[in-house]
Amino acid sequence: MSISTHAPVFIVLLPLTASLLCLCFSRLNRKLGAWIVQAAIAGSFVASLSTMYQVLNSGSHNLHYWMGNWEPPIGIEFAVDPLNAAVLCMITFLSLVISFYGKPFLVNEDWLHYGGYYTLYGLLTVGLCGMVVTGDVFNMYVYLEIMSLSGYGLIALGGKKSMIAAFRYLLVGTIAASLYLIGIGYVYSMTGSLNMADISVRIQPFVHTPLFAFAVACFLIAFGIKMALFPLHGWQPDAYTYAHPGAAGLISGCMSKVPAYAMLRFFFYIFGVTSPVMSALLDVLGIMGIGGILIGSVMALAQYDFRRMLAYSSVAQLGYIAVGMAMGNMYGFIGAVLHLINHAFMKSCLFLVVGGISYRFGEVNLYRLGGLNKKMTVSSVALCFAVLSMVGIPPTCGFFSKWYLMLGAYEGKEYIFIAILVISSLLNAIYYFRIIEQMFVQREASLTELHKPATKFGLPMSMVLPIGITGLGILVLGIYSYDIVVGVLKLGLPEVFLR
Amino acid sequence: MEALNEFLARRGIYTLVMILFFLGVYGMVLSKNYFKKLMAMNVMQVAVIFFYLCFAQKEGGMIPILVPGNVDPASYINPLPHALMLTAIVVSMGTSGVAIALLMRIKESYGSVEEPEVLRRASK
Repeated sequence: MSISTHAPVFIVLLPLTASLLCLCFSRLNRKLGAWIVQAAIAGSFVASLSTMYQVLNSGSHNLHYWMGNWEPPIGIEFAVDPLNAAVLCMITFLSLVISFYGKPFLVNEDWLHYGGYYTLYGLLTVGLCGMVVTGDVFNMYVYLEIMSLSGYGLIALGGKKSMIAAFRYLLVGTIAASLYLIGIGYVYSMTGSLNMADISVRIQPFVHTPLFAFAVACFLIAFGIKMALFPLHGWQPDAYTYAHPGAAGLISGCMSKVPAYAMLRFFFYIFGVTSPVMSALLDVLGIMGIGGILIGSVMALAQYDFRRMLAYSSVAQLGYIAVGMAMGNMYGFIGAVLHLINHAFMKSCLFLVVGGISYRFGEVNLYRLGGLNKKMTVSSVALCFAVLSMVGIPPTCGFFSKWYLMLGAYEGKEYIFIAILVISSLLNAIYYFRIIEQMFVQREASLTELHKPATKFGLPMSMVLPIGITGLGILVLGIYSYDIVVGVLKLGLPEVFLR
Repeated sequence: MEALNEFLARRGIYTLVMILFFLGVYGMVLSKNYFKKLMAMNVMQVAVIFFYLCFAQKEGGMIPILVPGNVDPASYINPLPHALMLTAIVVSMGTSGVAIALLMRIKESYGSVEEPEVLRRASK
């Protein structure tokens, strides 16, 4: 019994322990707590890698960790398949990289704010990882709430306006959590089980009943709110715009992707997509996705605030993931998962760059970025990668996820999706290339420096590195996307696609 | 009349729970005061808790305690939904705590928790 068999539980346990201890250590030394949380997130990343290694090398490509050795469905289990492992690696990696990014924003804060920020940050990581790794639906509710509550805190830290955004998000998010609970209640009263694998077997006699349809609709709305799917996205632009700039990368990158992934797990692995109720639901999901893509892109065009433009662009990108799920075939599914991972990197990178600009110049208007390529070289290059990837130009990773989505649409003969994807790529090109134009072509804007550059890259080292790493990650994900799809994602496909 | 009685006996409590739930949502949408919104949110969460307690109920079931000789699962009510709702109550308390903390900060910054007033001062 080596320590690596316990790797799945360490992913959640390490950051949870560290963030609960963080404030105590911060009292002793202002920065000690932060270092402990970061070390724990690093440990969590190592544990995710170890889990990934074990999953890929196990015969069934499935890893089940029983809490306290209680056998499911009585006990709570952590279930990891290759998809879970990939998403876990993504979350912990991004969380680790972005944890350095918050430090320059906190230099003048006292121990309570410094430690409090990292406590919330660690708890957010716990919630995100827990939602992905758990194999128990009620356990997922608890992680969902851990994620949401720490998210509200981090959003509220962003300043005066952010508190209203956080409070509104709290109200809407609680409706989502309550609907999720009602959905679980229905599923539990049908199946008498809370374990995902167990539910997927026991739910089959009920898939034609109205009760099942109601439960699934509850899940759709609950996760739809949390992932900011089109008609339910009202909370999202304010929350992303005013979130604490240090954590905005993680909030925008992961906090909407993980509910999307949870939805994917519920629909494809637990309920199965073959029943008539589910295929009707996937149609609804597709319409919501198309609406999100169009409305998100058009609204993004109309924004002056760089952060708000990115927030609306997120609505559009979540629409891609919804459309990929709605196709209900293998390529669409792979496209959705791949886009989920890729978009987390792209959006984190973009939000980190915006945070850097507002840290140095206090400027978020995207028409006042002229000549920034000379002042912030690394950030501009990373921004270029992210923008090219958003538009979908090879070899950046955004191209490959769109490619799989197109393949899925072609295979499912849903040509409307292809048209929508092309239109939205063009709209993406319009509103992202104007940023490049501003940065590289326009003459220098007169900007006042709030913080004098500490390094020759124009930003403190702890901000340049995360920007550079996520920017490079976009390229690496693009170049290795074949290996990711064939080596990892295809091993974890739901059974429907294997027949 | 017969059909109505039958419906109320079997589904009446769930109808009431759903009415309570959507009353909560209604209050969150329509009240102008942030604190009233928060209280409506709590009403909604209580409705979810009632929902769980209702479907755990069983006619003629006793409380789920160990009685020597009684091993028949039909004779006691299922304790699991109650246990789940203990967690949900704790979570809803946490949510209310965070919300009240946010409201205190909003009141400090804007001097009001009335939504139109706060939005007017925020847009200035």
